[in-house]
Amino acid sequence: MSHYTVAFAGNPNTGKSTLFNLLTGLRQHTGNWAGKTVITAEGEFTHNQHVYRAVDLPGTYSLYSNSADEEAARDYIIFEQPDVTLVVLDATSLERNLNLALQVLEITGRAVICINLIDEAKKLGIDINLKAISKRLGVPVVAISARNEIGIEALLNQLERVATGAFTGKPLQITYSEDIERGIAELIPLVEQTVGSRYPARWIALRLLDGDNSLLTSLKAHMRGSKRYETKEVAGHGVTACH
Amino acid sequence: MAGAGIPLSEASNGSMLRISGIEVQGVLRRRLLDLGFVVGNAVEVLRRSPLGDPIAFRVSNTTIALRREESSLIYGHLIGGEGA
Repeated sequence: MSHYTVAFAGNPNTGKSTLFNLLTGLRQHTGNWAGKTVITAEGEFTHNQHVYRAVDLPGTYSLYSNSADEEAARDYIIFEQPDVTLVVLDATSLERNLNLALQVLEITGRAVICINLIDEAKKLGIDINLKAISKRLGVPVVAISARNEIGIEALLNQLERVATGAFTGKPLQITYSEDIERGIAELIPLVEQTVGSRYPARWIALRLLDGDNSLLTSLKAHMRGSKRYETKEVAGHGVTACH
Repeated sequence: MAGAGIPLSEASNGSMLRISGIEVQGVLRRRLLDLGFVVGNAVEVLRRSPLGDPIAFRVSNTTIALRREESSLIYGHLIGGEGA
């Protein structure tokens, strides 16, 4: 019996919390209005003798630093490094939703893409080619309806594959323009030297090029050891001191 | 790029535009991209508030209202719609 952590990420109103409640049996309600606390809900569920700690991240369109919600979701995935990040997408507006999926995949390949509201999409005549999406993204993709409990077993099986390491695909890596790629190549060694191999160097290099100060603040805070969340990992990271 | 097309703020209700350029900078630019205001994407002008500002747009299957400050810095080409 093993324990794994699963973070639930997704745009607002994708049924992320419906799925979370279905799996964990929690009756929690969250809204997306301003001023809402960004504290994440937590629960637990079991599948094939594996115990999963589920963490419901705030619903966001992005993981860039547009709001406290986005920073909280980003910091959790970067610093807590859940065993699996489950990205919940709305089948009826995939174009918008895939933006977040790509951002998650830039940080971690330990992800499962969960296309929710598949029954709604069918009603609208939307046909989704899961195999093609999965091939392009390089991670498992499952279609479900959390409300009508369709596809949940398949979802849990894919979660297990990624959590246990049985799945070893390579996630899609976006190639940027020559200038940006050159910048990334220059920054990666410096990033690795400063923060160690624990954090996704390419992603951090991209954020640095973007001038994302909020990420820098978070990184500095975490490297000083002022961790806001408990971490199960031993502090074995080869981080050189940062002042 | 900004020279190409008209600002979204100048497009009439019901018109459809394809975005050709975004002059907004900084965090707000990032935010607009996340919401679907991406070059090449289609936008429909839905309606205006009584005083003409903000304007509601339909982009990637979602309605988003923008102030003139932002919509005047997003450019597009008319591709159809009732207002064309």
